[in-house]
Amino acid sequence: MLKIKDLHARVDGKDILKGLTLEVAAGEVHAIMGPNGAGKSTLAQVLAGREGYEIVSGSVEYLGQDLLELAPEERAREGVFLAFQYPVEIPGVNNVYLLKAALNAIRKHRGEDELDAYAFMKIVREKMKLMQMDPSFLNRGVNEGFSGGEKKRNEILQMAVLEPKLALLDETDSGLDIDAMKVVAEGVNSLRSPERAIVMVTHYQRLLDHIVPDVVHVLADGRIVKSGDRSLALELEERGYDWLQKAVGT
Amino acid sequence: MATNEHELEHLVSRKYKHGFFTEIEADTVPPGLNEDVIRFISAKKNEPEWMTEWRLKAYRHWLTMPEPKWAHVHYPPIDFQAISYYSAPKRPEDAPKSLDEVDPKLLETYDKLGIPLHERARLAGVAVDAVFDSVSVTTTFKEKLAEAGVIFCSFSEAVQEHPELVRRYLGSVVPARDNFYAALNSAVFTDGSFVYIPKGVRCPMELSTYFRINAANTGQFERTLIVADEGSHVSYLEGCTAPMRDENQLHAAVVELVALKDAEIKYSTVQNWYPGDEEGRGGIYNFVTKRGDCRGANSKISWTQVETGSAITWKYPSCILRGDNSVGEFYSVAVANNLQQADTGTKMIHIGRNTRSTIISKGISAGRAQNAYRGLVRVLPTAEGARNFTQCDSLLIGDRCGAHTFPYIEARNPSAQIEHEATTSKIGEDQLFYCLQRGLSEEDAVNMIVNGFCKEVFRELPMEFAVEAQALLNVSLEGAVG
Ligand SMILES: Nc1ncnc2c1ncn2[C@@H]1O[C@H](COP(=O)(O)OP(=O)(O)OP(=O)(O)O)[C@@H](O)[C@H]1O
Ligand SMILES: [Mg+2]
Repeated sequence: MLKIKDLHARVDGKDILKGLTLEVAAGEVHAIMGPNGAGKSTLAQVLAGREGYEIVSGSVEYLGQDLLELAPEERAREGVFLAFQYPVEIPGVNNVYLLKAALNAIRKHRGEDELDAYAFMKIVREKMKLMQMDPSFLNRGVNEGFSGGEKKRNEILQMAVLEPKLALLDETDSGLDIDAMKVVAEGVNSLRSPERAIVMVTHYQRLLDHIVPDVVHVLADGRIVKSGDRSLALELEERGYDWLQKAVGT
Repeated sequence: MATNEHELEHLVSRKYKHGFFTEIEADTVPPGLNEDVIRFISAKKNEPEWMTEWRLKAYRHWLTMPEPKWAHVHYPPIDFQAISYYSAPKRPEDAPKSLDEVDPKLLETYDKLGIPLHERARLAGVAVDAVFDSVSVTTTFKEKLAEAGVIFCSFSEAVQEHPELVRRYLGSVVPARDNFYAALNSAVFTDGSFVYIPKGVRCPMELSTYFRINAANTGQFERTLIVADEGSHVSYLEGCTAPMRDENQLHAAVVELVALKDAEIKYSTVQNWYPGDEEGRGGIYNFVTKRGDCRGANSKISWTQVETGSAITWKYPSCILRGDNSVGEFYSVAVANNLQQADTGTKMIHIGRNTRSTIISKGISAGRAQNAYRGLVRVLPTAEGARNFTQCDSLLIGDRCGAHTFPYIEARNPSAQIEHEATTSKIGEDQLFYCLQRGLSEEDAVNMIVNGFCKEVFRELPMEFAVEAQALLNVSLEGAVG
């Protein structure tokens, strides 16, 4: 589904991704761990198409297309979803209004009919229940005055409604209390399917107890320096990242 | 009176003899302004002498006034002698015969605004009776108003039919000498609206210039007077969302509102004058004086405006809170794109006890536009317990535009409570990217963010106007990003 080859990217003249290679197949869940500032969020933003990141070299193939050629909204409509590490507030714009516009933009792109208010609300109510969110959130401004945890939950609600093919979750577990983490994990798990891939960035092995990954990667200094199964996460928890960085000579 | 009219006619015809008007049709005066022109206008409208005198006095005062320079706008000097101050309404023969003769670009915009087909013709200036017949709508409308005793007519008609009301209230809120443009308007205004709501009457429908026949032809110096008698209530809608083109570059209207004891006036404007092309060429200069006088106790005047048009807008709808416990409100969205310049705001003058005012101003700038908010809150010593809340937010789209806030506060009563909040934000690249990442197009994303920003004001507009205003904002900001 996703093939990243030797990707080099920089921001403001600073090299951040330095030859990153990663392959994710449909149906898989990958976890990316790594020290602060390693480039995990940068990778997510580059995949989502944020402006300001200069792709120096390398390639990204998504479902057979050159992902880097697509505008951010086209990537989204093709099924790439990014749950942001820091979701922004958009005052005055109803949460539900943004969600409806988003879903209909995606449906239109797929050649499906736009949903009317009734059909749409049915879907949203169901997903809100799954995310154990109070309906009052729908009519509040997008993330306006949401607590840190509520914002994260709202990201997963959006994901559940939009049903992306490739979900990139950037530290969705950070700032969640224990119960909220379970709810979020349930939301993510409900989306696991053979046609879908999930890449989640996390600092805590605890999340992986709830969302069991197929592969765990370590991203350090702009590269994937080690990949393995779940046990790698446990090992990292015990030993930190130092030994790895030394081992690969960075 | 008769002799005076006779004299006037005589005066005018004498000028004819002198060749002053010989070159042109009898219905138009050549460019230029002098007392003869004013007498001509007044005679054309068959006005009583007091009205002519009122105009002349305004004119003489205007001659002594310097053109204001302090607004945060820049434009080449206006040559007031190059303007023609009277031209008869366009005759149907001159108007486009059908929509096929109308600028396709204009039609495209109507389409985007979702304006119904029959209305497009009217807005584009197609000879009305050639396309659709508004008589039936207008008649039922007029009947209903008459039943309630509401007077709603053109200003000229009011001068003829209700001279005592016009004479009592005209200039009582905006005196002829008030400011440069108000003085000019007082001298040369050609038409406008007149509304009178009798005691205790709640106007049975929203009054809209739309229903006033010939509304499109009120010209560049429009005059509106609305009087709400004791305990009455009226909501008035001005303007329309469709882009209005006009050969006249300078527009200087005056609007006066009078609310007597326990009366309430809600005045909503959606204004979309042609702003000029991307370089600002050909846009309208809109210099308006709008003021409401809460003359009686417990009265309320509320201004809501959405301004997207004009090359230059200079406009401060204001409230004089004279009556005890009276309330003034100002809700405004002003959009400036490309090279537009807007200098708008409000004045709240607290005179009565326990008077309250609220100001919510949302300024949006895009392109290379400049948007200034200028607000005055003045609390006089008599205004025991006066309160004001001002919130003034600016939104910038792109980094070549500007927003400026000039709040003036004068509190001369120690019990006054005045709160002022101001914010300036940029449409964050973050917000935009967030929406794009959810699949929205850039245009939809900007529209959504902007509409969210304006929500508190849109909420104040009558329902159908709010929907139109939203669509209008979207069209006005088209291409603002990217
Ligand atoms: N605009 C920028 N200019 C300069 N450096 C930047 C810019 N944006 C990001 N960086 C740097 O790029 C590096 C990678 O940042 P990134 O946000 O991808 O890290 P991360 O792995 O997600 O870290 P964390 O675990 O703390 O979230 C950091 O050193 C950061 O300071
Ligand atoms: Mg990060």
